[in-house]
Amino acid sequence: MDSADGQQHPIGLYLKVWALLFVLSTLSYLVDYFNFEGLLRWTLIIVFMVLKAGFIIGIFMHMAWERLALAYAILMPPGCLLILIALMAIEANYTFLTRSTFFSG
Amino acid sequence: MSETMATDPAPTGGLTTLVNDWADEKQAFQVPWGKAMMWIFLLSDTFIFTCFLTAYMNVRMSTTVPWPIPSEVFALTLFGENIPLILIAIMTFILISSSGTMAMAVNYGYRRDRVKTASLMLATAFFGLCFVGMQAFEWTKLIHEGVRPWSNPFGAPQFGSSFFMITGFHGLHVSAGVIYLSTVAFKVFRGDYDKKDNYEIVEITGLYWHFVDLVWVFIFAFFYLW
Repeated sequence: MDSADGQQHPIGLYLKVWALLFVLSTLSYLVDYFNFEGLLRWTLIIVFMVLKAGFIIGIFMHMAWERLALAYAILMPPGCLLILIALMAIEANYTFLTRSTFFSG
Repeated sequence: MSETMATDPAPTGGLTTLVNDWADEKQAFQVPWGKAMMWIFLLSDTFIFTCFLTAYMNVRMSTTVPWPIPSEVFALTLFGENIPLILIAIMTFILISSSGTMAMAVNYGYRRDRVKTASLMLATAFFGLCFVGMQAFEWTKLIHEGVRPWSNPFGAPQFGSSFFMITGFHGLHVSAGVIYLSTVAFKVFRGDYDKKDNYEIVEITGLYWHFVDLVWVFIFAFFYLW
């Protein structure tokens, strides 16, 4: 199924994903509504977020049917961002530490 | 262009196709150039939004002042009850619905259904307008409550700058998308793409719109729920 003649998929598939995204959004809203705390909260938020993102990219944006040449070129580079996030987290911890040490009076 | 691409019906999947596509002196991405360009633009936009969200993570982790509780800041009183985060939840559902109508517009585009494609794109644009409207309401509410980019009555001052920066930039994307969608919908309706017999632009516009929805998924998770 090459995208040369356009991405043709049954409408029903989109409707199902649409419904699924509604369910996932409701679930992530309920995480807040029921005030889940700590590790459980973060795990649930991340899981629902990743699932939603996956369905949007894979089905709505048709990445699931694209050739690997395109999929890898687009999906791999954001991996670098994980390094940025890790570095900034370390940096933030350090800033927090210095602030607590020197600014707490 | 599409003839040359159609001559290579290799199946998707499998590392062999990846190596073949990238190895030779030929077009690496067997999609229309507009689609490849849109994907590359979206990739660059991903980096921009991640920089914002990472900056937000950094200031939130490093502040010694307690962070405002989003669940309470964004609560709304409806029918005499205080419901946490309800406006944001509604905005999320609206944006997802707009993605749904957009996906269907792309589908009808490839079926050469001019009127349905244009109507579904206009519906998408309408949902986008609702979203921006609700965001304007949210901004107004917060500004009235005294939230500024440099201070706010709820806690850490960095909350305001992160909020206005991230949601503002996303709102800008939605607004631009509404204009983009309306323009393309008008041209679809006028029959421009029937003359060219090429509805690829609808899918490209759709990519941009789904991306806006995608970014919201991350903002919703990290900024509002965390």
